[in-house]
Amino acid sequence: MNASVEQATHVLSGQNLSYSVKGAQLLTDVSLAIRPGENLGIVGPNGSGKSTLLKLLAGIQAPTSGEVFLQGERLSAIRRRDIAQRLAVVEQHAETSDSISLLQAVELGRTPWLSALAPWSDEDERIVSQAIADVSLQHLRQRAWHTLSGGERQRAHIARALAQRPQILLLDEPTNHLDIQQQLSILSLVHQLPVTTVIALHDLNQALACDRLAVMDHGRLVALGSPFEVLTPQRLLGTFGVHGHWLTDPFDGARILRLRTA
Amino acid sequence: MNVLNVPRLLGHTLWVSALLLLAIVAGVAIGETSISLPVIFQVLANKLWAAGFAVDPIDEGIVWNYRLTRAIVAATCGAGLAISGVVLQSLLRNALADPYLLGISAGASTGAVLVAIIGLGAGAISLSAGAFVGAIAAFAMVALLARSSRGQTAAGQVILAGIAGSQLFNALTSFLITKSASAEQARGIMFWLLGNLSGVRWSSVTLSVPVVLIGLGVCLWHRRSLDAFTFGADSAASLGIPVRRVQTLLIATAALVTAVMVSIVGSIGFVGLVIPHAVRMVAGVRHARLLPLSALSGALFLIAADVLSRILIKGQVLPIGVITALVGAPVFVLILVRGNRTR
Repeated sequence: MNASVEQATHVLSGQNLSYSVKGAQLLTDVSLAIRPGENLGIVGPNGSGKSTLLKLLAGIQAPTSGEVFLQGERLSAIRRRDIAQRLAVVEQHAETSDSISLLQAVELGRTPWLSALAPWSDEDERIVSQAIADVSLQHLRQRAWHTLSGGERQRAHIARALAQRPQILLLDEPTNHLDIQQQLSILSLVHQLPVTTVIALHDLNQALACDRLAVMDHGRLVALGSPFEVLTPQRLLGTFGVHGHWLTDPFDGARILRLRTA
Repeated sequence: MNVLNVPRLLGHTLWVSALLLLAIVAGVAIGETSISLPVIFQVLANKLWAAGFAVDPIDEGIVWNYRLTRAIVAATCGAGLAISGVVLQSLLRNALADPYLLGISAGASTGAVLVAIIGLGAGAISLSAGAFVGAIAAFAMVALLARSSRGQTAAGQVILAGIAGSQLFNALTSFLITKSASAEQARGIMFWLLGNLSGVRWSSVTLSVPVVLIGLGVCLWHRRSLDAFTFGADSAASLGIPVRRVQTLLIATAALVTAVMVSIVGSIGFVGLVIPHAVRMVAGVRHARLLPLSALSGALFLIAADVLSRILIKGQVLPIGVITALVGAPVFVLILVRGNRTR
């Protein structure tokens, strides 16, 4: 297939991405393309480059070499504001000591659509309300940020990202430090969102719900495909250092991974 | 909400102007020789519209050349320091950031000492000019240091570079004073460093008013960018803010405004640190409200502090920095305690 045609059909793609800082090579020659509407999971051990890859794809950091393409355009040539109108990011830890309300935090999502002179409109108001409703936090609209639980904060961040009205949503381990119920509810929320999502995850069983998985190992992309294709016993041992085999849950027939130390 | 509502905007401008005017008139009226309101208005009418009232020329001189200029410069200075504080606290995500964090007051003192004691420029350069050059030199060094050491968190580098720069220039000042100054000179410099509005004339007004208005304008233009830093620089970037450009522009603006104020009145402490926090607790963290309200509060606070500094001890003018700290610190504690309770 022609390269430019291929880039145009992909919402977001990275070509030969490498990133190094102070002599440490964090990412080496990663190429991947994200299809419209898909839910791509990025998995890998700690320090394998998941967060770095997401930061490069979001344009928050520039690759040392290689290029990111957003809907066929070079990301480095697009204004930050235009990027933010199409692509939103939910960080792993984004905290503030400011005393703001949940509503004010979500309203920040409209920033890329507002200019210095453009006033806040009813349309912005409507989009913010919709975003808060999408994450089921209507009842907490006016609550102070520091009184929210970890799960509620993460939902608010997702609402803030949704208020950007992006076509692509990048999430960096959004379930980190949350209790299991909140983990599952955040994940099912993410999977129901009507946008293309790229999500870095730690829990391999949770990653099984993704359409495709990218497996990172020491800054390299070592596999890309459906969860059952890429999470082979050999790869689990080679990349994650664990023994694993597939089980079938008699409850609903779902396949799950059983993992043991190597 | 941040609705650009013209009638409401006009309404706000009206009451803010009225309040400022009232404060300035109070600042002119109160002092060692009280001046009655009719006399003040007659002098203003004479000067502004050549109204031709018969006024005692001494009263006229006090009102027009001394008290009015003092009050206006105090207002602009308070406003300038307060918005610089807001901007630095927001951009650097540090509650302890104040306008002097960037080495500006330390640099200004070195510049002032070089001119006043060492005699640099052989009388051709004023103390203010020396202080301004010193302030800018110190900021340039801090900026360069922060830039060349830029690591993972830019904010942390700026703060560390600022501390290093301030220490260096403060040491230089102390060195120069110990080496060359007489006790009298050292006292004079000390007085100037703590803030001194007595040298203020109309030339200071024509400098400080436009500077603070432009500074406020630049910051207000970027109010939404400042809001976007709520969750840090990476988050601001993902919200579409060109982080490096906005940080450079706004920090340089804050530095310039502060340098101009320091060169006119010396380094008045506490305003840039406390006013933004106090206003945040009352008016919230949105910069569309925080910036103008901080400017207004800073202005009112410094006019009041200046009046106090003149009347507190009969026959003596206290350094205004002493007043701002003496009044500001307890008020700040009060706000902190009350703020915690209501939350």
